[in-house]
Amino acid sequence: MDLLTTVKQHFLAGNGLQTQDIDQVLGNLLNSAVDDADIYFQASHFESWSLEGGIVKEGTHSIESGAGVRVVSGDKTGFAYSDRIELPILLEAANNVKAIVRHGQQHRQRLASASKYPALYPSLDPLKSLADQEKIDLLKRIDQFTRQLDTRVEEVMVSLVSNFEHILIANADGELIADIRPLVRMNVSVIMQSNGRREQGSMGGGSRSDYRYFLEDDRAFAYAREAVRVAQVNLEAEEAPAGSMTVVLGPGWPGILLHEAIGHGLEGDFNRKGTSAFSGLVGQRVASDLCTVVDDGTLAGRRGSLSVDDEGVPTQNTVLIEKGILKGYMQDKMNARLMGVGVTGNGRRESYAHLPMPRMTNTYMLPGNSTHEEIIASVHKGIYAANFGGGQVDITSGKFVFSASEAYLIENGRITRPVKGATLIGNGPDVLTKVSMVGNNMQLDSGVGTCGKDGQSVPVGVGQPTLKIDGLTVGGTHV
Amino acid sequence: MQNSAEIDRLKAVVQQVLDEAKHQGASAAEASVSIDNGLSVSARLGEVETVEFHCDQGLGVTVYFGQQKGSASSNDVSADSLRETVRAACSIARYASPDEYAGLPDAADLATQFPDLDLYHPWTVNAEQAIELAIRCEQAARDFDPAISNSEGASVNSHSGVRVLGNSLGFLQGYQATRHSISCSVLAGSGDNMQRDYWYSVARNQLGLESVEQVGQEAARRTLARMNATSLSTRQCPVLFAPTMAQGLIGALIGAISGGSLYRKASFMLDKLDQVIMPDFVRIHEQPLLKGALGSSSYDAEGVATQTRDIVSAGILRAYVLSSYSARKLGMRTTGNASGVHNLTVDSGALDFTGMLQLMGTGLLVTELLGQGVNRVTGDYSRGASGFWVENGVIQFPVEEITIAGNLTNMLRNIVAIGNDVDLRGNIRTGSILLEKMSIAGQ
Repeated sequence: MDLLTTVKQHFLAGNGLQTQDIDQVLGNLLNSAVDDADIYFQASHFESWSLEGGIVKEGTHSIESGAGVRVVSGDKTGFAYSDRIELPILLEAANNVKAIVRHGQQHRQRLASASKYPALYPSLDPLKSLADQEKIDLLKRIDQFTRQLDTRVEEVMVSLVSNFEHILIANADGELIADIRPLVRMNVSVIMQSNGRREQGSMGGGSRSDYRYFLEDDRAFAYAREAVRVAQVNLEAEEAPAGSMTVVLGPGWPGILLHEAIGHGLEGDFNRKGTSAFSGLVGQRVASDLCTVVDDGTLAGRRGSLSVDDEGVPTQNTVLIEKGILKGYMQDKMNARLMGVGVTGNGRRESYAHLPMPRMTNTYMLPGNSTHEEIIASVHKGIYAANFGGGQVDITSGKFVFSASEAYLIENGRITRPVKGATLIGNGPDVLTKVSMVGNNMQLDSGVGTCGKDGQSVPVGVGQPTLKIDGLTVGGTHV
Repeated sequence: MQNSAEIDRLKAVVQQVLDEAKHQGASAAEASVSIDNGLSVSARLGEVETVEFHCDQGLGVTVYFGQQKGSASSNDVSADSLRETVRAACSIARYASPDEYAGLPDAADLATQFPDLDLYHPWTVNAEQAIELAIRCEQAARDFDPAISNSEGASVNSHSGVRVLGNSLGFLQGYQATRHSISCSVLAGSGDNMQRDYWYSVARNQLGLESVEQVGQEAARRTLARMNATSLSTRQCPVLFAPTMAQGLIGALIGAISGGSLYRKASFMLDKLDQVIMPDFVRIHEQPLLKGALGSSSYDAEGVATQTRDIVSAGILRAYVLSSYSARKLGMRTTGNASGVHNLTVDSGALDFTGMLQLMGTGLLVTELLGQGVNRVTGDYSRGASGFWVENGVIQFPVEEITIAGNLTNMLRNIVAIGNDVDLRGNIRTGSILLEKMSIAGQ
């Protein structure tokens, strides 16, 4: 059975609905002068298992399903949703949301199945990829392994989380589009104590596949080793310096720089409204010519990837910045239409109970020519930030922060001492103009990112090679 | 006025879940059901932008097989789903390891008094009226000054919910609550000199909201005040946290004295009970039974009675913030905080905001913080900030693109004064807080 048939059966047959019922609801929505409308069906299965204090002391399991009904006219949106997928309820939702549009008649087509697009991940239920006992055994093995790595380990927390989603979108073009989305994540955190000083370290990863991902390539054990290593480094860390200095960012997850500094500012909604510091800058220089940045939702199995976005548009590899010049924005259907540009497959929503908007997928910088060692050696005095926690941006002023969780001093071209984590702050539209070296070691993150916008969370990815930035403010305590 | 029929209907559902858990072999169980309905509208540039009708329901169940625990939830409260949800929880419990500290709260700790806390005030606003209010709110902001150049719009939200909690010790209670809000966000300037700020008002009773005009005008005032902000040179200086920012500072302390952080030894406040952690004029206490307040509740997420109590007095840490589980892990007794603190109140000093600025003299007033740079294990604190440079008690100019850094252990000890300019819009009620010194990183 193909994916669409499977998903249709899940939502329609499972709720006593027929294709013509969906047609009727859409017909009701499109019975006015609207620009767009859709019905978004979602069912999600979630579980989490967590270990601490040496035992797997709890797990949770959650099932949610529902449908969201949306109508768009110009820049106006009406939206209602229900956790009951029943015809009378969907019709009532359609009637409610239509109140937002003027009266009129819209030409429409009958529902048909969707155009073809490649599936970027398997339609596997990750919850069932290991038996419950095997999940528990894995957590316990990781716990014991972690404790053996260093006698100073005081507490170990290991978690295993998975989500399995079915999506069906009926859109105004008469298409029915389906997706089945697996997502798994694992995390290892440790608290270590030495001479009365306590520090933490944490590492995790994930992908759009199933739990066996963590058993391949020794990944689960690698997370444990990395968590302990980070805590060991932090136990030795001294006060971080304060002030503007040269900063070298490591490859991989430090690409959160791109997500915060430029990514959000390049989302279509802010630019249509003119509220972003990047508004109106297409065609202009926003980075040094060493920088090419893309948002790519098509990477197979990545946490931020989607075969189709939540409006049923296939994802793509969108060039945001090419050799320093701003090329374009990330769009959903509404903002693309209002700005007179093409969609980019970035229309995403947290769930059926949320409205879609332009969101990132996997945002990363392409590799340059320098080696990591050359970049470190070029710095007389500065900071090497190897890894980060989270970040945040004010898209209007362009000011962004991201917080280092593992950092070192660079003195005379050499990494010398570890320093405590500190927040770095900069200005999005000009931070990339200060990029003076780009490494040849592009890495994507391990699959842990979650992005928040307007109260909605979606999984994302980031990546970059080692980067050298000439002048970024480091928020240490040592003045 | 509570609608007892609706509460009774959900009590019956909760009882069914508890019965089903027992039927499936659980030795103890806890269940909750909630329904929330709401309307959110937003307007931008004088016209409606979105109208959203919210309707959420949820069912959660936790079962125990002896000392083994499992939880499950669903947004479907039909009879079939109830059984399935209980089955999922039981299945997890059978695989979970026995945990000697797991279990329902001790019966003696459960709440027995359920005063009406005045939390339920439905607002009969319909979509059309809400749109009208949002348009007026945004208009007030845009009319405030010609320098207001753009808008992210204004929104009006009204939510009404019922929640019922029960457990196999016989606890079965429910209540209704409402929450209404108005918010507005506008911009000034253009190009690379553009600023945005916002304001909001939130209350259980719509009569307690600021007027839409007040909200709009305050959003505009705050945006304009940020124009032409600059960075500062790197330095050390006094820092005044505006009330909304001070809430976060106190929140970081509460996180560190919460049971989960303590038993995991992931706290900079380990072993600080009965010790001096702040200056002797500081008192922090919980007031869970305040009528109509946003954080009021007579019982917590486990049905344990909340307590009117001191957490810090005379600068000494008197008590932790515990659930039944974390309390048992620590060999203590629950404090009724399984769902966090309730109207946590920091007693005010004598000075208003202007007085606090004068007391600081020369230093940094922080009105916004960016990022999550607070390390709960070590207390290391480093966050992006914006605000105003103050000299001789008078605001001089706006600042941005700086960080403020320190260590929470020292920051809390070095509180100079707490203002009486209390922000009541959250569960933590505090005025502005003046710290003696922090490290500022800038240009």
